[in-house]
Amino acid sequence: MEYAVAGALCRCILCLLVAAGPAFALDGSESPAASPALRELKILYIAGDYPKAEYLSLLQSQPDDDGKAGALLALDEINITGKFIGFSFAMDFIALKRGADVVAVAKQSLDRDSVLVADLNAPDLLALANAPAARRSLIFDIRTSDDDLRQERCARNVFHILPSTAMRADALGQYLAKKGWRRWFVLQGPSVEDAAFATDIHRAASRFGGKIVEARAYNYDAGSRRVDTGYQQIATQMPLATEGAPAHDVVIVADTKNLFGDYLPYNTFEPRPIVGTQGLSPVAWHPAFQEYSALQMQHRFELVAHRKMSERDYAAWLAVRAIGEAVIRSGKTSPIDLAEFMRSDAFGVAGFKGQALTFRRWDQQLRQPVLLASALMVVTMSPQDGFLHPKFFTDTLGYDEPETKCRFAQ
Amino acid sequence: MPLCSIRPLGVIGAFVCLLAATGAASASRIFVSNERDNTVTVLDGASLSTIKTIPVGQRPRGIVTTPDGSEVLVCNGDSGDIVVIDVDKLEVTRTIDAGPDPETLALSPKGDIIYVSNEDDSMVTMLERASGKVLAKVPVGIEPEGLSVSADGKTIVDVSESTSMAHFIDASARRVVANVLVDTRPRVAEYTHDGKEVWVTSEVGGTVAIIDSDKHVVKHKINFEVAGIRKELISPVGLRFSLDGKLAFVALGRANRVAVIDVASLKVLKYLLVGDRVWQLALSQDGKTLYAANGLTNDLSVIDVDNLKVTRSVPVGRLPWGIAISP
Repeated sequence: MEYAVAGALCRCILCLLVAAGPAFALDGSESPAASPALRELKILYIAGDYPKAEYLSLLQSQPDDDGKAGALLALDEINITGKFIGFSFAMDFIALKRGADVVAVAKQSLDRDSVLVADLNAPDLLALANAPAARRSLIFDIRTSDDDLRQERCARNVFHILPSTAMRADALGQYLAKKGWRRWFVLQGPSVEDAAFATDIHRAASRFGGKIVEARAYNYDAGSRRVDTGYQQIATQMPLATEGAPAHDVVIVADTKNLFGDYLPYNTFEPRPIVGTQGLSPVAWHPAFQEYSALQMQHRFELVAHRKMSERDYAAWLAVRAIGEAVIRSGKTSPIDLAEFMRSDAFGVAGFKGQALTFRRWDQQLRQPVLLASALMVVTMSPQDGFLHPKFFTDTLGYDEPETKCRFAQ
Repeated sequence: MPLCSIRPLGVIGAFVCLLAATGAASASRIFVSNERDNTVTVLDGASLSTIKTIPVGQRPRGIVTTPDGSEVLVCNGDSGDIVVIDVDKLEVTRTIDAGPDPETLALSPKGDIIYVSNEDDSMVTMLERASGKVLAKVPVGIEPEGLSVSADGKTIVDVSESTSMAHFIDASARRVVANVLVDTRPRVAEYTHDGKEVWVTSEVGGTVAIIDSDKHVVKHKINFEVAGIRKELISPVGLRFSLDGKLAFVALGRANRVAVIDVASLKVLKYLLVGDRVWQLALSQDGKTLYAANGLTNDLSVIDVDNLKVTRSVPVGRLPWGIAISP
């Protein structure tokens, strides 16, 4: 089996502290925190090798260490708190080969009780969750947003960090409703994921009073994305694609593969804002987000990673912080105990959203506010004011308990 | 967003003595740092009308009055400095380099040493106030925030938001001697008047931890429940004790309330409705009035401490963060 394992414990921040040693050292006689021998928890970061995301804009590219950089930063952070109360955290990395059988890898490399951060696509995640070797493991999904992994195909050993597609669509739908932009023209690309997003937009319309004036399929072939004479083609094709729709306030684009969505702004037949997978988009994190102390996070991340923090970096960071929080607060390290603690009222993790983030018990989805952002700016954060819920305002996003189709096999 | 907290803690006692000695100076003034406007609003303590708006540096947050009442110091997070406002002239008279992203500050009881939380580099910087000379940089947890100095000046407590800890720093040894785990994202630390306890607010945890200042353990935790307010909106930040030490006031951030706690029983007596996203608090010199900075409604709420009532609201600059009061 081909995979790389790299221990990573001491990076920038931690080293700094270690170097500064005595300043942080505890006086053993004074503090109960000094005495316990360190208990170690090893986190396994497992990443699939998939084709990188392609973008239309030259400004966008997917970094090689997307996700991993966030996990490493969080590892430093939880070790700082951990060392004072007797815990130390380490991380091993498993990089799957392209097309590798994740079940076989799990069999070979998982201990009986593993805590995993999974940068895996939906099929691989599902295979891992159901692999016999991972039965007693605790898996944090930092990559997918698929509704069905949180619904019919939910798994008891998987906790989902990123908002589901339904949560994203609802976040957008609430804002459009609040703005009074209720007539939605949906332009949908050819992929299964595009269809899934469009389905959730329909669901959001029915929940928040949007009206879908037309849902149009669009099978544009982006072809070569880098051509000298591309603009003329785009200027012809985007108006055509958006011509003749009934009166609408916004164009909602469902283009998860980045084939055409970024060509739409300023090229539509009618002058309308673009929202959805491009334009104003629902995201868990954005490099321009600065509220709730997020600015410090952005600085801290850039300092160690020398680039902006992506949504996947944030998801990985948050997963590792959640692990740290659960261990530090519960004093336990076994995956079963940690999972139990994360389902309880005692658990909450801070993620720069101004509130403790917790897991929904019915599908183990992290409940969280969702940002709506354009390329440069965060415009707003959903849930929007006025969308009420008897328990958590954030449960106005996505599938609530009465609607869930998730039934965990006990 | 507002991040830091500042306080002349342990200095309250000194304030009181000083006032008695000087026979209470005439015009008390209230200084409010406006994070968004890059200014400090100065209000007349009696009429609460704006006397002056003083331009300071970029992103002013932490603000504190010196023990002798002659100066007000303000942290400018984005400028990386502290400006010194002369209380008589109402002008910035000098600027002290404070290292990266100073968020909050506190003073030694004598007022000769400034302690600064450098949020970006996980340090508490100790500066000589007269010269601006850096005396030491003490490494603490990630995103250091609120600071409190014991009345004897021997201990500084700093909380680090991202590490969820209160760090006890020995002022003369200039190192951390104890770390206490508190709830998520601690914002403000405050010594009780008798110095036996340190109270720490946790914004995301939604609680106040009461730490035994000798044993360095959390001996009690206060929770809040406001009828009609979702638990996730309860985000404790600013904290002040009444002059007699019998009451504690806690600003609950997005719950838009100030909680009043009976220190003896540790029960919440009352929740006072204030403005949006209430952040830091300050008590008037005579202890009769509490001021609360409301970040999102750009005003101060004025609270009558004897009657525990909000009596009025006073407009200030945009995103008011902290409050300092001069005699």
